[in-house]
Amino acid sequence: MAASERAVVVGAGLAGLRGAEALREAGFSGSLTIVGGEPHLPYDRPPLSKHVLAGAIPAHATTLPHGLEADVDWQLGTPAAGLDRRAGTVRLADGRTLPYDRLLIATGTRARPWPNPHEGRLSGVFTLRGRDDAAALRQALEAGPRRVLVIGGGFIGCEVASLCRSLGLPVTLVEPGPTLLARVLGSRIGAFIGAIHEGRGVDLRCGSEVEWLEGEGGRLVRAHCTDGSRIEADVAVIALGAVRNTEWLDGAGLSADPGGVDCDGAGYVLDAEGHADPRIAAAGDVARFPHPLYDGRRVALEHWSHAVAQAVHAGRLLAGAPPDAAYGALPTFWSTQGNLVVKSAGLTEGADAVAITQGNPASGRFIALYGRAGRCIAAVSVDSARWLPAHAELVATGAPFPPEGAATDRPKGVELFEPGFS
Amino acid sequence: MPDSSLLDQVKDFANRPNPYPIYAKLRQNPVSRQDDGTEAGTWVASTHGTIARLLQDPRISSETLPPADRPRTGNPLTDLIVKPLKDWMMDRHRVFIFRDPPDHDALRSAVMHQFSQERVQAMRARSDKLVADLLDEKRDAREIDAVDDLAYPLPVTVICELFGVPREDEPKFHGWATQLATALEPDSLFDPEIRAKNSRTFDAIGGYMGDLIKEKRRHPQDDMLSGLANHATPAGVKMGDYDLIATSILMLVAGHETTVNLITNGLLTLLRHPDELERLRQDPMRAPRLIEELLRYEPPVQFRTRRTLAAIDIAGVTIPEGADLVLLLAAGNRDESVFPDPDRFDPDRTGTRHLGFGGSLHYCVGAPLARFEAEAALTALARRLKAPRLIADPPPYRQGAALRGPENLRVAIDGIA
Amino acid sequence: MSTPADASSGSPPGLRVSVDLNLCQAYAQCCYAAPQHFRIEGHEALFYDPAPAAQHRDDIERARVACPVQAIRVEDSGRGA
Repeated sequence: MAASERAVVVGAGLAGLRGAEALREAGFSGSLTIVGGEPHLPYDRPPLSKHVLAGAIPAHATTLPHGLEADVDWQLGTPAAGLDRRAGTVRLADGRTLPYDRLLIATGTRARPWPNPHEGRLSGVFTLRGRDDAAALRQALEAGPRRVLVIGGGFIGCEVASLCRSLGLPVTLVEPGPTLLARVLGSRIGAFIGAIHEGRGVDLRCGSEVEWLEGEGGRLVRAHCTDGSRIEADVAVIALGAVRNTEWLDGAGLSADPGGVDCDGAGYVLDAEGHADPRIAAAGDVARFPHPLYDGRRVALEHWSHAVAQAVHAGRLLAGAPPDAAYGALPTFWSTQGNLVVKSAGLTEGADAVAITQGNPASGRFIALYGRAGRCIAAVSVDSARWLPAHAELVATGAPFPPEGAATDRPKGVELFEPGFS
Repeated sequence: MPDSSLLDQVKDFANRPNPYPIYAKLRQNPVSRQDDGTEAGTWVASTHGTIARLLQDPRISSETLPPADRPRTGNPLTDLIVKPLKDWMMDRHRVFIFRDPPDHDALRSAVMHQFSQERVQAMRARSDKLVADLLDEKRDAREIDAVDDLAYPLPVTVICELFGVPREDEPKFHGWATQLATALEPDSLFDPEIRAKNSRTFDAIGGYMGDLIKEKRRHPQDDMLSGLANHATPAGVKMGDYDLIATSILMLVAGHETTVNLITNGLLTLLRHPDELERLRQDPMRAPRLIEELLRYEPPVQFRTRRTLAAIDIAGVTIPEGADLVLLLAAGNRDESVFPDPDRFDPDRTGTRHLGFGGSLHYCVGAPLARFEAEAALTALARRLKAPRLIADPPPYRQGAALRGPENLRVAIDGIA
Repeated sequence: MSTPADASSGSPPGLRVSVDLNLCQAYAQCCYAAPQHFRIEGHEALFYDPAPAAQHRDDIERARVACPVQAIRVEDSGRGA
């Protein structure tokens, strides 16, 4: 590869950083530019909803370690606004253009905002995605609000609510679904985790929905639910999931929509006709790709380890040192909820049964194994991380479900449950 | 050479100085059935991948101790009433390295709760002082035995102080610990003579610990035994007397029989690699990496036994249900597919996931102590021994194949700085 | 060409630590090695200091090498990674 070649990485998050490192490690010796919308070097997001909110560390301390040399051109604080594949340039929001020979798309996601923009701008209403969001929310929590309202019972919602309890703050979590985490884990396991949080003092309102947020003098004072109930709260955290940052690709002729930018099995992005563009790869939250472990189903995963692994894959691809196999790492993630750790391997989507295969939900520590059509498809560990790798292997190899044979600490004759996906 | 003899060769005392070539032969079949005189045989896992996988497989049980069976005395009262009762108690209150969850987890959590940061940090500082004192005693010597003069007394003093065993009682533990450590050697478990000796030893040390626990209840001190005897964990776990006796015996035996080998193997390895000894002398902060490499290269615990609760397909073979299993940690540590040039001692290896402390639920409780003690000992030896030379290489070894290490390590020196 | 200094943060020079919490299995070896910078809450929730001061590099190094699953990554601006 010629030393005069130019690589541009759009997105200065975890995936962008690890992709850039992989490019270099795989021998790319040309110029390397990393574009970031925020004015920060790549930082680690998981601590934001935990350590930073807890006040254990300042937001700026989350900057990631990296192995890049000083010759990287960091373009921070100006997001990419357009892509011209014919000219081979990325256009920045300030109008400048960056020519590329190799392009890595790693623009990630942003927090889904509260649907009513006026209410969303009330003082005391927060989303949590970036480092500045975390710093602002931390400040609000530190001031000792009367009550914190968390809207949305997904992982971020659970983390924020449990963290508020660790800080001794009254907290109400409103979730329209039947339980916490019902969309990802199903209502059966979601109920177990909900019970743990309720036991630690979270006021949990599942099957309920916030209709509007009321302000006084520009400050949030209460929330009104669709069932007519009111929640007095001066801080609200909107935890309604994420939106993928693909708007800047409009007009670039790529197969991209709010669900992500499509990639082929190798990792190259696809154009609108379904042809791969061998100069462009995508990685991380924004990349939608056919997962070989799940019959080629197209998925976009918002997982830390996925961002790392797929970015490393894409970096090698762009450096001309393509990995031997299509990218297909087993999806894994973790969530620290107060002092509770939930981890998972695999994807639960489509599960038709779930079993507790280790421990006991009543004790707060267990493994749930999900099956579909007689195969293991996902495992979730609650404060039982050392049992997860063995279960992850069952998932990775599509082992028969339910698992047969005796095991330590396994309930006799594993009982199967409806997982409770709506 | 037939496959069936390799495990016997591992156990063969003649191979104690260097079992690694046998491990290499075993690794040619990652999991193999070894003849042990029984119909079922013993299954041996010898590669890093298979050991790591089996360590975390819930179908593997640590409950490998055969049921207690004390020797008969001829006295009918004893044999018909006391013996079955004592056997039953022994089985019910086995030490937790031989137990599975959930019982294992509860007992271990109680120990971990008392094995606090503060206590371990206090012992870290204490280790430096103990090492300094032990070496000062030998200041004018022209020869030391690294085992008797340092590697044995250091961990023994640390574990006794940590548990609150009075200094004057320390010598009692030497014989007890050596005897009970045979429980980790697979053949000893089924040798009636050794089992009878172990029962008597267990009674003796158990009687001692029972008295000491009573004393700790009457006069609690700031030590682990007082903590375990008087306080529950935040989750409400508090051991009964029998579990507490068994657990403290386990900790004290482990404290006597393992770290000694880490330190001794460490000095032996450094004397065989004088360049590394010199580098450690120049830069004591090489110690942490060097110790991890030691735990890979010469682990104090060479293997552990397990039992299968279900048939397990692994590495092209099926281990049947109910099989005896040996996880050859020290062989996995020399697996060339994970550690390039595995027989080379190289502290600069990166990302070393060695198996020296085992793994998963049964990961060595005392690992942090072992690291601090080894760091204190090896950095001081590197700094203070003047012109150290091995007197015998290989040195004489102790009996154990599982807990493996030199009996003595005589080193000629020009003095101690 | 801009420099990699993070002008916006004002973060002091020192160490950068990140832990792959997917790998972490709460063996707590880092907590014993560097108790001021790592701690476990509950059964297995690891909390750590991502930006320890440079004078703590020895304990951080002890923590890094002791991790049984090698989940700790350290960048030392004073010494190179």
